[in-house]
Amino acid sequence: MSEAVLAPTEAAKPEFWRWQETCWADESKDWRSAKSITVGVDVGSVSSQCVVVADGELYAYNSMRTGNSSPDSATNSFKGVQLKTGLTLNDVHFVVGTGYGRVNVPFSHKAITEIACHARGANYMGGNKVRTILDMGGQDCKAIHCDEKGKVTNFLMNDKCAAGTGRGMEVISDLMQIPIAELGARSFDVDQEPEAVSSVCVVFAKSEALGLLKAGYTKNKVIAAYCQAMAERVVSLLERIGVEEGFFITGGIAKNAGVVKRIEKLLGINAMQTKIDSQVAGALGAALFGHTLVQKQGPQKPLIS
Amino acid sequence: MIANYGYKDGSGEYYISIDTSKCVDCAVGRACLTGCPKSMFESMTDDYDEEVVWIKAAFRRSLAYDCATCKPSSGYSRLPCTDACKPGAIKHSW
Repeated sequence: MSEAVLAPTEAAKPEFWRWQETCWADESKDWRSAKSITVGVDVGSVSSQCVVVADGELYAYNSMRTGNSSPDSATNSFKGVQLKTGLTLNDVHFVVGTGYGRVNVPFSHKAITEIACHARGANYMGGNKVRTILDMGGQDCKAIHCDEKGKVTNFLMNDKCAAGTGRGMEVISDLMQIPIAELGARSFDVDQEPEAVSSVCVVFAKSEALGLLKAGYTKNKVIAAYCQAMAERVVSLLERIGVEEGFFITGGIAKNAGVVKRIEKLLGINAMQTKIDSQVAGALGAALFGHTLVQKQGPQKPLIS
Repeated sequence: MIANYGYKDGSGEYYISIDTSKCVDCAVGRACLTGCPKSMFESMTDDYDEEVVWIKAAFRRSLAYDCATCKPSSGYSRLPCTDACKPGAIKHSW
């Protein structure tokens, strides 16, 4: 009997949705000379970040994709910073976990919600004029009001549907076969701004986008229609709690100009700018909370060395 | 802090707002905890170490259905939760 012949293996499919992971450290500083070193770990549904704050100032961060285990994602995000800076958990005075996996950070001393952490992080990144924060995360979207100290005064979250979230953008990126980082710029390369696709459901939006392609829309025009849908979706969320001057956007979608510019147009207000990666706002806020706790309670022993 | 729990979907917006600043010195002993027939409210310590009330996570994505039995269509003229909360911290968006 002849041996079964296996079908030829399919070539590795490019993953257009994959966004760039980053690891950064401030080369002008040395953590060894800092009196307080605190770490914030944000384990989100799509990405995980680890931020190191030295004496209340941003020192280093690592932003990477979340794996199928929250504890491993938290550990790996810290390892990235460890490799970059030589910092170990024995050198850290306080660790705060945040994000949907915050209770699964094995080396955290305290867990704080991402709502409070994003407000605190945005306050650091944008200054004390920040009042309204829009966090467009991987699988949820939050509208937050805060005071001049970054304390939350009002918040609203929508995590029931992926419409208006980073995951929704990843789906469209894969469908269009265009790298996710290019979507924003390409959404402006259209002869006429199209009507938005469905903004209530990613599955509907995906099938609607396919329909538009079949109807003769260019890829750029379909992307524009999806960016507009995302913008309309989050603006309706923001309008529920109101938008005040000092508008700041955090989360991965803040890097997508196609969505951000459309949100600004709908609101009639420009978002504040920052040089810091918008995706690390939650972890940065967590590390800053840690800094405050060190000042109040003193350094804590590492839970895992 | 005004905490809005709930969601918006294709059928509408369903949010319960809790003004947690009114929870801190609640004069009626957190009557909302027992006032809700489905025990959706729960006491917790928030991120700023204040004892407040929130909606249990299990109910946050199904408010339209969970609260339906207390709405006028089910014979109620007033919501049991907002009735129980004398400081007026609880509001429904629908």
